[in-house]
Amino acid sequence: MSELKRKLAGWDTIIIALTVVVLVIASLGVPNFGTSRNFTFLVLDLMPILLVALPMTFIIVTGEIDLSVASTLGLASSIMGWLWNQGLSIESIIPICIIAGAVLGALNGFLVTGLGLPSLAVTIGTLALYRGLALVVLGDGAVADFPFNYTGWVTGTIGGGSIPNVLILIVALAVIFGVVLHATPFGRSLYAIGANAEAAHFSGIRVARTKFWLYVVSGAVAGLVGVLWTLRYSSARADNGAGLELAVVAAVLLGGVSIFGGKGSLPGVLAGVVLLAALQNALRLQDVSGQALNIVTGALLVLSVLLPNIATSIRSTWQRRRLRRAATV
Amino acid sequence: MTTAVASKPKRPQFSLGGVLKTRELGIVVALAVLVAYTAISNPRFLSGQSVRDILLNTAIIAVMAAGQAVVVITRNIDLSVGSVLGLSAFTVATMMSANPGLPMVVALLVGLAVGGAAGLLNGVLVRYGRVPALVVTLGTMYIFRGLTYSWAGGQQVNADELPRHFLQFANASFLKIPWLVLIALIVVGGVSLVMRNYRVGRELYAMGSSPQAAELAGIKVSRNLLGAFIVSGALAGLAGVLFAARFGTVDAAAGTGYELNVVAAVVVGGVAVFGGSGTVWGAGLGALLLTVIGSALTVLDINQFWQQAIVGALIILAICADRLVAVRIARSLRKKDSHV
Repeated sequence: MSELKRKLAGWDTIIIALTVVVLVIASLGVPNFGTSRNFTFLVLDLMPILLVALPMTFIIVTGEIDLSVASTLGLASSIMGWLWNQGLSIESIIPICIIAGAVLGALNGFLVTGLGLPSLAVTIGTLALYRGLALVVLGDGAVADFPFNYTGWVTGTIGGGSIPNVLILIVALAVIFGVVLHATPFGRSLYAIGANAEAAHFSGIRVARTKFWLYVVSGAVAGLVGVLWTLRYSSARADNGAGLELAVVAAVLLGGVSIFGGKGSLPGVLAGVVLLAALQNALRLQDVSGQALNIVTGALLVLSVLLPNIATSIRSTWQRRRLRRAATV
Repeated sequence: MTTAVASKPKRPQFSLGGVLKTRELGIVVALAVLVAYTAISNPRFLSGQSVRDILLNTAIIAVMAAGQAVVVITRNIDLSVGSVLGLSAFTVATMMSANPGLPMVVALLVGLAVGGAAGLLNGVLVRYGRVPALVVTLGTMYIFRGLTYSWAGGQQVNADELPRHFLQFANASFLKIPWLVLIALIVVGGVSLVMRNYRVGRELYAMGSSPQAAELAGIKVSRNLLGAFIVSGALAGLAGVLFAARFGTVDAAAGTGYELNVVAAVVVGGVAVFGGSGTVWGAGLGALLLTVIGSALTVLDINQFWQQAIVGALIILAICADRLVAVRIARSLRKKDSHV
């Protein structure tokens, strides 16, 4: 019973409920929100944030961070454009871009685990480095003439219906990451690392190696998203995805993952991503500017960390008062 | 080295050995080599106009970096500075275009006040909300930028709407030094002095070295932390006024992405992200180095696109160097202990 109660009071449950409420209200109250056309746009809009948020959740659960993801995405997009200009086939370019992302992630992983540098500083550095390299590779131009059967697949729907093709990819990856995090010993070891890296090390978990591979996966996913982004807009550009890292971190924290590590769930994160994307989409349909939504995003982010803290401090004050009363009686 | 200074009860004294050992020496050497090499391959690099441009470009980032250094030294971070600059620049530009008669001092004070209020909000959320600074300032970065956008919409304040004396401020000089540069020098020098020689400065270092120990030692952690965030915000606000005066055209996007340059300047300048070490004038030098690299690339006819990649590589190099120093200090401390 108390287990259920604790689960119900958890932040991720609140955020999932809030997301459902927002989706229902928007479908009923906002014209065109519930249409199948808008559903396709909504899925396409949340795709990059959601995919990048999956490995980011793992990394933040272990108490680290990766701010370089959006720059990795941009560099993968630049490489894609450059290779296409060199005349390579799209079938060989796509795996190369994903591998390039993994290599960039490996560099992050090496700097963080091999040299023991703080991940925040390292990935601020590679954020600038990878974005710079993206500019070096492709300059400030764009490459646009990607084959239609690929760009059309990314923006298209299954059989011309209302379910976007990319939703299959999103669901598949989300399920894989969810099962790994919540149903395997590896997933549990991530929480152990985040709660206390030293204790995890002494209990036989290979902390450094685990973190290294998380960065590799994060880079590979960012590379994949770079490809999808390029195909969606039919445009390879060095500045693709600029600023996305902050939206991803915001969504992950909003989903109830603690920035200190050791806490959080993937369903919460998915709700966080959907909530942000649905709000943005609904407000845009209402002609509220996307920039004004920055206020909502920022406020939600701060509140998602602030409110649980306030709740805890109120609860502990009550407890203390009750104890004191019990002592005086 | 710098970490050890925090625990010394007496004032740090000037000595040649000490200067040679500081981390800032590395930046000075890098700067000297870069300037010498660039000047030899293209003498125009050291012309009056070119030097003046470099100094003017450095001034705005250096003012923000001084505030950021104070926050980073306490083991926090302020990612909202770019948005605070935008909010302050738009506020002041709107005010000056509506009231052209207002003196420059009022503009500077309003900028400081807008930024200070933003910094106070950050500090309160970090200290009393117990929310990590990274999350708070990431959130307020969105919030302040959103406020500016919903206020400004798509409109901008143009140079021809601003009073002449406001625009001239950026170029006018005092003793042949542009006011902008003079203000940056005063800010970096003043904050350095306080951090180095005054009790509150040493307390901020102590808070960054060990937050728990500082609390136990009776340091007024709340007051100091709020102060650090207010300083960072206020200086970002001041930078907003300088930005508006220098560029004349201000829209809601002013200062977007500056937080990266500022954090880069601070980290490259030798301030450790774990807090507790580094100097404010080092951060100022970091800002100068980044600007000089930008101009040198242009002068040397190297693709401008390399600039950001070099900045990134420099940040990583700087943290590697920092780590090396920390490992060495730890080793030498262990050695000392074993002889006791």
